[in-house]
Amino acid sequence: MADPLTPGIAPARLSAQEITENFTDLHKPLSMHEASVAADRCYFCFDAPCVEACPTEIDIPLFIRQIATGQPEAAGHTILEQNILGGMCARVCPTEELCEGACVREAAEGEPVQIGRLQRHATDSVMARQGHLFDRAAPTGKRVAVVGAGPAGLACAHRLAMKGHEVQIFEARPKPGGLNEYGIAAYKSTDNFAAREVEWLMGIGGISVEYDKMLGGNLSLSELTEGYDAVFLGVGLADVNALDVDGADREGVEDAVGFIAELRQAADLTALPVGRNVVVIGGGMTAIDAAIQSKLLGAENVTIAYRRSKDRMGASQYEQDLATSKGVRIVANAQPKAVHGNGAAAEMELEYTADDGSGLRGTGETMRLPADQVFRAIGQSIVPVGGLEMDGRKLRVSETGRTSMEKVWAGGDCTPGEDLTVVAVAEGRDAAEDIHATLMGEALAATGAVLGESARGGTAPRGA
Amino acid sequence: MADLTTDFVGIKSPNPFWLASAPPTDKEYNVRRAFEAGWGGVVWKTLGAEGPPVVNVNGPRYGAIYGSDRKLMGLNNIELITDRPLEVNLEEMARVKSDYPDHALIASIMVPCEEDAWKAILPRVMETGADGIELNFGCPHGMAERGMGSAVGQVPEYIEMVTRWCKKYYDRPVIVKLTPNITDIRKPAQAAKNGGADAVSLINTINSITSVDLDAMCPEPAIDGKGTHGGYCGPAVKPIAMNMVAEIARDPETAHLPISGIGGVTTWRDAAEFMALGAGNVQVCTAAMTYGFRIVEEMKRGLSQWMDEKGYTSVDQVVRRAVPNVTDWQYLNLNYVTKAKIDQNACISCGRCYAACEDTSHQAIAMKPGRVFEVIDEECVACNLCVDVCPVENCISMVEMAAGEVDPRTGLTVQKDYANWTTHPNNPAAAQAAE
Repeated sequence: MADPLTPGIAPARLSAQEITENFTDLHKPLSMHEASVAADRCYFCFDAPCVEACPTEIDIPLFIRQIATGQPEAAGHTILEQNILGGMCARVCPTEELCEGACVREAAEGEPVQIGRLQRHATDSVMARQGHLFDRAAPTGKRVAVVGAGPAGLACAHRLAMKGHEVQIFEARPKPGGLNEYGIAAYKSTDNFAAREVEWLMGIGGISVEYDKMLGGNLSLSELTEGYDAVFLGVGLADVNALDVDGADREGVEDAVGFIAELRQAADLTALPVGRNVVVIGGGMTAIDAAIQSKLLGAENVTIAYRRSKDRMGASQYEQDLATSKGVRIVANAQPKAVHGNGAAAEMELEYTADDGSGLRGTGETMRLPADQVFRAIGQSIVPVGGLEMDGRKLRVSETGRTSMEKVWAGGDCTPGEDLTVVAVAEGRDAAEDIHATLMGEALAATGAVLGESARGGTAPRGA
Repeated sequence: MADLTTDFVGIKSPNPFWLASAPPTDKEYNVRRAFEAGWGGVVWKTLGAEGPPVVNVNGPRYGAIYGSDRKLMGLNNIELITDRPLEVNLEEMARVKSDYPDHALIASIMVPCEEDAWKAILPRVMETGADGIELNFGCPHGMAERGMGSAVGQVPEYIEMVTRWCKKYYDRPVIVKLTPNITDIRKPAQAAKNGGADAVSLINTINSITSVDLDAMCPEPAIDGKGTHGGYCGPAVKPIAMNMVAEIARDPETAHLPISGIGGVTTWRDAAEFMALGAGNVQVCTAAMTYGFRIVEEMKRGLSQWMDEKGYTSVDQVVRRAVPNVTDWQYLNLNYVTKAKIDQNACISCGRCYAACEDTSHQAIAMKPGRVFEVIDEECVACNLCVDVCPVENCISMVEMAAGEVDPRTGLTVQKDYANWTTHPNNPAAAQAAE
């Protein structure tokens, strides 16, 4: 029997039916009718702000117009030629901060065109009714190694394969997809979408994957640079920052990313244990995803504790609101002080903080929250790769992803820039173009959107 | 509350909103509902001659075009005149008229172009107590192939002849309904007047194919793989209809011929516009077919509200009010100079004005950093395209330059005097006159 009041960390807090309902699609797919109504709202802006806000520069007005004119598959093609993981991005992008945040109808009415959901409508249409859309160029005879089958690696591999290169992916985990498969809230990627999308992407051909291959473990960078014409690193951030407080080693103190990965891979969510009282330390998307999903599994009390003020949280306002709407409490200006318990964690002690402009400081005032389970979500970091220069805590790269080492490119979360799926896709794609140009001795192809200003003939005198 | 009662060629109705002769007025049931909903009058669906009635297709009769959100902008139909027996219609008309004596009830008629045919039907219509008749010289599909409808309306001599017969055998008002499927609407209007018509009504529907089924390669509405042109109506035809109304209203030959305005009237504003251009009342069909009879309530309240705001106390005061300001291009004041102005507070930075001006007009809008769009007065010819494509109402306006200011585009000082093409130095005719 499901019992939400079971003390400690326990499975089956909710019934199977409740769990299923809790973990359905956050946003239901648009029906044809909904899609056409939503598409009609697009103004087809000049050099549209939404396109400029999209890291992959999808031609959003064009694809929405294609939906409006009854061709969702063609719309999907427009999306996927810029962003091969456009289906996942439609589900996980913080659109309120990207395309939809820039939509002029947000300015006009506070209600942007539903670009994310329209993008999903289009890409779903492609995946439901068509095979792979893109053809491979004639084989070039070049071989490229891609480390990491996450968004950056997959985007890079696909573009390279399309250009006719042979791609060998090395992936540390037993499945492809990276955070699409192991991270990201389950309710944003339902029905095994991450795996289906990778399978669809692989339809291009010319890409093979070796699993359980870990750079720095059973795989070295030197063997890759020797064995391949080029190497792309999309290794993500494999290290989780430690929680440096008393009692941090108590049972029940876990990495949020580990919990989320376990949840994503769980065959039966009712069997997944979760605390009755959960405290999540952190303020980013990982913290939000861990907190919401704890709640959806049936945790009675879930609190996110973030050391700075709310407006500094990495998670968007939309995500914060989503969390609070699910019953998660967000406590800002509270830093971890100690994990108490008699063996296992029982209480999380937090100290209030204040920032008078000279830096964040504890005020000395503390509080204790019951905590059977404490999730660390205070950031991840790269496992350093020997021989490569760093840029702060990430790999130093050029605009097109070149690292400090010849033949080696990198992109995604392991390089500077926002840690977003859509950014990783853009970086992987652009690195692939640079790799291609370099290997073939060709000029680098532009990957940005074709905007009105650049499309204009340009040489005729104005106003003549 | 402004008085909406209307006296149109002696036919009184509680308001100027009549339902046009069309499917909504095909039978007693609908017409009673229409009157209960507040319509001022109806023109009964067109009656044919005694005998077996016409038949309609048994597949789709309508085609449509849409604006955004599937807003119905244009409708076309291939329905014929009433397919119910003449006797049934006449009996129903008589019953309805006697129950609604204050509402206008007009009989629309289409019989062959023979004097006897008209002579036969008119007394029977008279017996119903209908307030008048409307001659359907406009229907462009089906009946035209049989020498009726627009086949008559396209030949002014026939219009005059039939109108004359009607005036001979019928002593109540005769309204001639005109087809727009001609080149000069003034000619049939003049013919109607010459035949003794009390009024004209226009426009009837426009020849049209609304869409093609690209799988079947067949125009729609498709009847077993074939389609035919239909009559087009609805909001999309309003500009065409209003021009034709205005043409008749300002033609000296027909200037005082009463007009019943038809064509895309959907709101009170549409009605007010038709009336300002010379219509004594309006007839509505598509709006009712799209939204139901209750739509008339907004029209009535809206017209009344607007008339109150403007101080008009009766409908007559609105009729023809804009006619003196409808003129020929050659009389437009070329010394009137305006410039587009963008209200930066209202602008949502969509850039459509920029795309329109830059790509298709005069390169008179600058796109500045931060998506700020500004008019370049040196280039702006005041064409109004930016206003028309802007999604935000009143965001861009045309601001008149005062006399004495220098137009930065032409370098010329704006003159306060009126001057038009007829006297412009570039006009060869004007130059000849001057010599």
